[in-house]
Amino acid sequence: MGEVKLVGTWVSPYTYRIKWALKLKGIAFNYIEEDLCNKSALLLQYNPIHKKVPVFFHGGKPICESMVIIEYIEEIWPHNPLLPTDPFERAMLRFWIKYAEDKGPSMWMVGEGQHKADQNSLEMLKIIEEKALGDKKFFGGDNISMLDIVLGLGHWLGGEKLLEAHKLHRLHVWLKNFKQVPVIKEDLPDLDAMLAYLRRQREMSPATH
Amino acid sequence: MAGELVLLDFWPSPFGMRSRIALAEKGIPYEYREEDLRNKSDLLLQMNPAHKKIPVLIHNGKPVCESVIQVQYIDEVWHDKAPLIPSDPYQRAVARFWVDFIDKKIYELGSKIWKTKGEEQANAKKEFIECLKLLEGELGDKTYFGGESLGYVDVALVPFYSWFYAYEKCGDFSIEAECPKMIAWVKRCMQKESVAKSLPDQEKVYEFILQLKKVFGI
Repeated sequence: MGEVKLVGTWVSPYTYRIKWALKLKGIAFNYIEEDLCNKSALLLQYNPIHKKVPVFFHGGKPICESMVIIEYIEEIWPHNPLLPTDPFERAMLRFWIKYAEDKGPSMWMVGEGQHKADQNSLEMLKIIEEKALGDKKFFGGDNISMLDIVLGLGHWLGGEKLLEAHKLHRLHVWLKNFKQVPVIKEDLPDLDAMLAYLRRQREMSPATH
Repeated sequence: MAGELVLLDFWPSPFGMRSRIALAEKGIPYEYREEDLRNKSDLLLQMNPAHKKIPVLIHNGKPVCESVIQVQYIDEVWHDKAPLIPSDPYQRAVARFWVDFIDKKIYELGSKIWKTKGEEQANAKKEFIECLKLLEGELGDKTYFGGESLGYVDVALVPFYSWFYAYEKCGDFSIEAECPKMIAWVKRCMQKESVAKSLPDQEKVYEFILQLKKVFGI
């Protein structure tokens, strides 16, 4: 069917989404680490519009944007599904994915919970916990879904402490379970190493990306 | 399979228009309900509690929110009539990429054109035209983005045409002069009944924008 290749960076949660999706489906792929301070000709050629990682290649054909990539992976390799088969259930899952994506990382930045922005974020996390997760183990039920993968972003943003501090018990348990899934556990960035790397990057070149 | 189908919508919304076009293309009957956004119905608040926004597509009492998700849902449920989303997975990914691009850029830049002045407006106009040119590049020599028939990208983009006149008047520029291929494509789309009947009159939209500007003191 063609070679599978992923261009990404070890500090980006968006890159990890693709790796997780591929590994959950047992698909072999070549991984190329991209230096974001020195973007390669390959990246600029295959993602001229956004100039970002990840970029996914299948049989030489490039696809950009993490959610577009994951939907493609799901269609080509439908085993170990990441989306429900029922159209209404799919629409619901896609709705929550968009809900989380539109807010992005700031949904997890609830800090002391005192500012209005923090309050809004906290509300969103509560809504996700109540309406999207409920009493299920994962957002996909017994198995990981695309929504679990997307919300794995919480790991990068001090998820567990924050969820515990704000008494989002079910989300807290969800994140712990998520990080215990073997494919996820063996592919999570070391946060300290990541922070050190980002600090060095900032020192070396103040105007990055 | 149709069951009860209701679309909660607001006449100038380009997002609502997407679902109107998709349903019309497939000849699916539904009930259109106009929402007063200053006085949202209990049904809207109940069906979209997370955002409280239109459009909401209610199918047999169950709500599907977000226009892009609605168009995908409509295409999946009524897959045998006038398919909108490509069947080839790679073409599908390309279409999704461009719909994502349209969602990230067109509405926001268009809003800046009618809401702002001076340098901010000038920058928005410039970027807006650049985005349309990128879309023209993707269209190439095809009749529609979907090839010989209307597709996902066409449905996602063409509703914004109903706002072009308002953007042009507020921004004092001509979109046709800058992007003739785009307007030629629009005209082909407008020859389809599903599109022509789903888009409001451009002058009406412009009047609506002028009213909004008064209300917001812009």
